[in-house]
Order: sequence, then structure tokens, then C-alpha cells
Amino acid sequence: MSTAAAHLGPGEQQAPSGDTSQKRGWTGYLLMLPGALWLLVFFVIPTVTLVSTSLYDPSGSILTGYQMTFHWQNYVDAVQGYGPQLWRSFGYAGTATVACVLLGFPLAYAIAFKSGRWKNLMLVLVIAPFFTSFLVRTLSWQLLLGDNGVTVDVLRWLHVLAPDGHLLATPFAVVTGLTYNFLPFMVLPLYASLEKIDHRLIEAGGDLYAGPFTTFRTVTLPLAMPGLVAGTLLTFIPAAGDYINAELLGTPNTRMIGNEIQDLFSGGSYPVAAALSVTLMVTIVSLVFVYVRRSGARDLV
Amino acid sequence: MTGSDLVLTSLTKRFSGFTAVDDLDLTIAEGSFFALLGPSGCGKTTTLRMVAGLEEPTEGTVTLGGEDITRLRPYRRPVNTVFQSYALFPHLTTFENVAFGLRRRGLKQVKSQVEEMLELVELGQYARRKPAQLSGGQQQRVALARALINRPQVLLLDEPLGALDLKLRRQMQIELKRIQTEVGVTFVHVTHDQEEAMTMADTIAVMNGGVIEQMGAPLDLYEHPASTFVSNFLGQSNLAAGTVLERDGDRLLLDVHGSRLVAPVGRARVHQGDVWVGVRPEKVFLGAVGEEDHDDSNLLRGGVVTDVSFVGVSTQYLVRMSWGQELMVFEQNTGARTSFRPGDEVDLHWLPGHTFVLDASQDAAAGVETVDEA
Repeated sequence: MSTAAAHLGPGEQQAPSGDTSQKRGWTGYLLMLPGALWLLVFFVIPTVTLVSTSLYDPSGSILTGYQMTFHWQNYVDAVQGYGPQLWRSFGYAGTATVACVLLGFPLAYAIAFKSGRWKNLMLVLVIAPFFTSFLVRTLSWQLLLGDNGVTVDVLRWLHVLAPDGHLLATPFAVVTGLTYNFLPFMVLPLYASLEKIDHRLIEAGGDLYAGPFTTFRTVTLPLAMPGLVAGTLLTFIPAAGDYINAELLGTPNTRMIGNEIQDLFSGGSYPVAAALSVTLMVTIVSLVFVYVRRSGARDLV
Repeated sequence: MTGSDLVLTSLTKRFSGFTAVDDLDLTIAEGSFFALLGPSGCGKTTTLRMVAGLEEPTEGTVTLGGEDITRLRPYRRPVNTVFQSYALFPHLTTFENVAFGLRRRGLKQVKSQVEEMLELVELGQYARRKPAQLSGGQQQRVALARALINRPQVLLLDEPLGALDLKLRRQMQIELKRIQTEVGVTFVHVTHDQEEAMTMADTIAVMNGGVIEQMGAPLDLYEHPASTFVSNFLGQSNLAAGTVLERDGDRLLLDVHGSRLVAPVGRARVHQGDVWVGVRPEKVFLGAVGEEDHDDSNLLRGGVVTDVSFVGVSTQYLVRMSWGQELMVFEQNTGARTSFRPGDEVDLHWLPGHTFVLDASQDAAAGVETVDEA
């Protein structure tokens, strides 16, 4: 109450008694209502449903219905049955995230500091792929990496690839697809962070005996951390749950956890599918929590 | 030339289609407090950045203590900068900001040095704070400490007090001067604030349009301006159009709209023909018509007071002369002088020794408008 009154002019200070202050109290809740409803319908209810589904008796089916039996064994089955796919998902997503950092950081840096009047054009080019469907873009990688494609021909000619080597249907193809699809989510937050850096700070680094590399390490990189953290999260989280890239560019040996969940759901094994989803969710949330804490970008949690 | 004088030789910087610094020659003595003073866009910051190595000269050289540093990378120069709006590293604490330069030069034991430096700028208890948690004046002192701790041969200050409010600026001016005296490092200070330059610097170079208009001690510049720009930019001046009648020994006899005035030859930049006759407003006295009549005074009759502003220590009058020009007069509020009101008829008089004479081909309004910038 006292802080609210402090913002008012002297003449208005008498007014907020009883009725008005009551109204002001309700306004905040009213404004929160649409968001709260949205969260309830599209987050809380689905999450509760998912978690409870994961505890149903797995012997039921869509036709006969499921019994709620608090069947914790579902989780044991999920983790034991699909452990390799879980590890593979995190492995692929991690590799793709690292690749995105290695490709995205120089790109974001160039756009932020070196592009001059080409800045807007370069940003548009980063976003331009979104105008085409995700599926179509992933399918085109089949052509690019296919055995009859130019890429394979060139790599075979250069002896980088054995004469009978492939690119498509390998882990490489899946990680490439993931890297390609999630690169903009790395570049844009990084760009936003880098762009905000006052150029004089970099000059100050140079003035204080730091060479270009040291200035980058001690000034630019720490200041770009929020963007780097946001970028890695936006890349790693969806990549870990992705199944399109493994489906279109991989083989049964490169299946990720998303593929298994999708198969289980379409095959009617709701409880195990749900248990696997919850496992994935909990693992990612814990990883993110630890990562954000360690990287010092606490504002994001 | 002694130990580590900073010498700029025909230093020139051209940006596309525009010369920021034009063939500048300048020697800054070791240990001096030197100010580059000028309006924005006069090339003073570019000059400073060329000394720091942040800008590469188009022509000319920068030598420090006899060593040519023109093409040296900034991080290899024994020169540090206090940046405009400080450029403190926002992700580091005060302590780490100050320690930055030492660490980059491979020193491991920095604690005692940093603490000593923070003590010098009176920020001992703020070592753990981030720059965003400090006030403007404190940030300014961190920036100073961060540069000074490296014991540079030359410290460059780019409008260091520009972001502070007037009272704090005054305080920091004295503080900066104290620190400079204490550490004995050459300070090169860039500013557009003439008061700031005069308070602190031993030597001021007034820059305009990429060249130095005049250089000297503050008092010397103020009393003997060499151009209309300097006379207006450094303080304020009354400049009236006049003609030199004749030279009489070490005096010049002048005619200003029918009045006979006298100026010392030593204070005249031109000795014949059309001239600007100048006098500082605080040197001029007002008298009621006919009241004061000294034979040896410069006297302009027939003025009418048009504006009076009381500013505490003094009262500032605008007096319209018979030829239409308004002259400024600052009277100290000692209580000993009569005060006037708008419409009063007055005479203006001052000591001939306070008159200066400038070239009439220069613009009488040069450097005037820039005074308001501060």
C-alpha cells in the first residue's frame, strides 16, 4: 500500500481507501486470468494426464480402457527397454548443439560486429529457411546426402569417404539434420547478446593490454554468455526430443527417443510411452537446471 | 625534449571526404596535465584515439619518449585511457575491473596493488560491487583506477566528467588534479568544457576544425586570446568592430564607432586597419551617464541597459550601444557598486590594459554557440 501511494501525486494520496484499493487488488488477478487459464488447459492438465497415464496398468488397451494401478514398473520397463535410445538422443542432441555453437558463434559475431550495412540482409537469411516447411527442408537433406548426390561424389573423389561409403542413413546424417534445423535458434539469441555489447568495452580490453584473443576470452565471451546459454537450451531441448531427423535421415540403428515414443503411442502402448515421455522431460529439466546454475546465467531459471 | 614527452608530428586523420585532424604538431611534456579543448567534432577525440592506438593516422607519427609508436597495437602501448562513459566491464567487480590490466600482463599477486589503487580513489569498500551498483562518480573513479594502476607513461582521458552532474564534476575536477599531482603521470585530457580545462590543466590547446587555434597556460589563453574563436570559446568576450588610428609607442589608438580607445601593442594581434576590439565582460564597469570620467580609461558612452540577470556572485547586464550592438558586463555583487535597471542610460569603462585586438577577417561569433553545450 505504501509503495503504491508513493507513486501518486500529493492530491491523490487520500483517495485509495477501502473500495478503490480493493478494485486495484483484483485488477492484477484479472490480468493474470487468460494466462492462467491457458497454462491450466494446455500445460497443467496435459502434464497431470501424462503423468497419470504413465502409471496405468500396461495390460489395458485403447479398446478396453486402462486401469489406474500406480504401476511404477512402467518406468523401469521404459528405462530398461529404451536406455540406448535415451543415451543416443542426448548424444546426438549434444553433438548437434556443439556443432551449432561452432557454426553459429562466428556467424552471430560476424552479423553483430562485421556486417555493416548487410546486417539486416544476413539476419533475414538466417530466418529465411523458416519460410519452407521443416519437413521439406529435412527431406532435401536426403537428396544432398544421398549416395547419388554431389556431396558423396566429391567426398569419395577426395578420398575422405571410402568408395563404398555413405552419408545418408548414418549418425552423421542425423546430427547434420539436427544441426541444420536448430542453427537459427542458436544464432539469433547469440546475435542478440553480442549486438548489445558496447564496442568501447572491446576497445577498453585492447587498451588494457589484452590482445584480440584475450579480449574475446575475457570480455566478449562472458558478455555473450546469456545468449550462449539461451541458444544451447533452444537447440539442445528440442533436438533431444526430435524424431523427424532420425526418421528421415537415419536407420533403425540411429533411432532416437522421440521415434520410440511416437511408435509406442501409435501402437497403443500408452502407459510405457507416457513413462518414457516423463523420463525424458525430467531428465532434460534436471540437465538444464544444472547447466544454467553452472554457467552462472541464473536470470534464465 | 626530456625523458618521455609525447610528440605528435604532422598527425593527420582523414575519414572519407572529411579531415578530422589536420597536420597536427604537438609536444606534450612528461608529467604535465594537458587539455585538448574544443567543440564537438573539432578532432580532439580523434587525436586522443590516435595516441591510444584505437585509430590509425592517415599521415604523421606519434612518438613517446623518442620511440615511434604510430603503428603499435593499442595493447602494446604504455598508454591507458579513461573512456567516455567509462566502458567498465559490467561482468566484473570493481576489484577485477581494476585488476584487469595487471592480470593481462601476467601478474599473479595483484591484491595489494589493487587495494592501494582503490584507496587512492577512495573506493576501498566497494571492491566487491559490480559497476551497475555504483553511482556515476564512483564508476568514474573506477575507470580512473583501472587505467592508472598500470602506471602508463601517458593517461588519456576522453571527456571523463561529461556524464556527471555539475556539482560532482567540480568535485572530480579537484580530485583528478590531486591524483595527477600525486602520481606524476602525464595526463592528456579531452574536453569541450572550458571551465574543466582551465581548472585542471597546466597547458590547454584549443582545437577547432582539426587544427590547434592556440596553445598555452589557461591564464595566458584567457588574457591573450589569439583568435575570435578562442576569445569566445574560453569564457565570453565583447568584440566591437574598430579601426587602428595610429601606434603610439607601446599603445595602439583605436576608433570604435566614434569613441577613442587605447590597447597595449602586446595584446594586439594586428596593428593596423580594421580590427575587432575585445574586452572580457567582467573587466568592464558600468557608470551612470557622466558619473565617472577617467582620462586614462577606455570609455564607451551612450549605452542603455536592456537586460539584467542576477546570478548570485555577480549581476550580468546587457547594454545596447548606440550602434545597435549589445555588450555584456558582469558586475561583482560587492555592494560597493550601483546597480542598474533595464532602460537606464549608462557609460561603459575599463582599463586600457584589458583591451585586446583581433583580426577583423575572423568571424566575431566563432566559438560562441558551443559554450551552451556543457
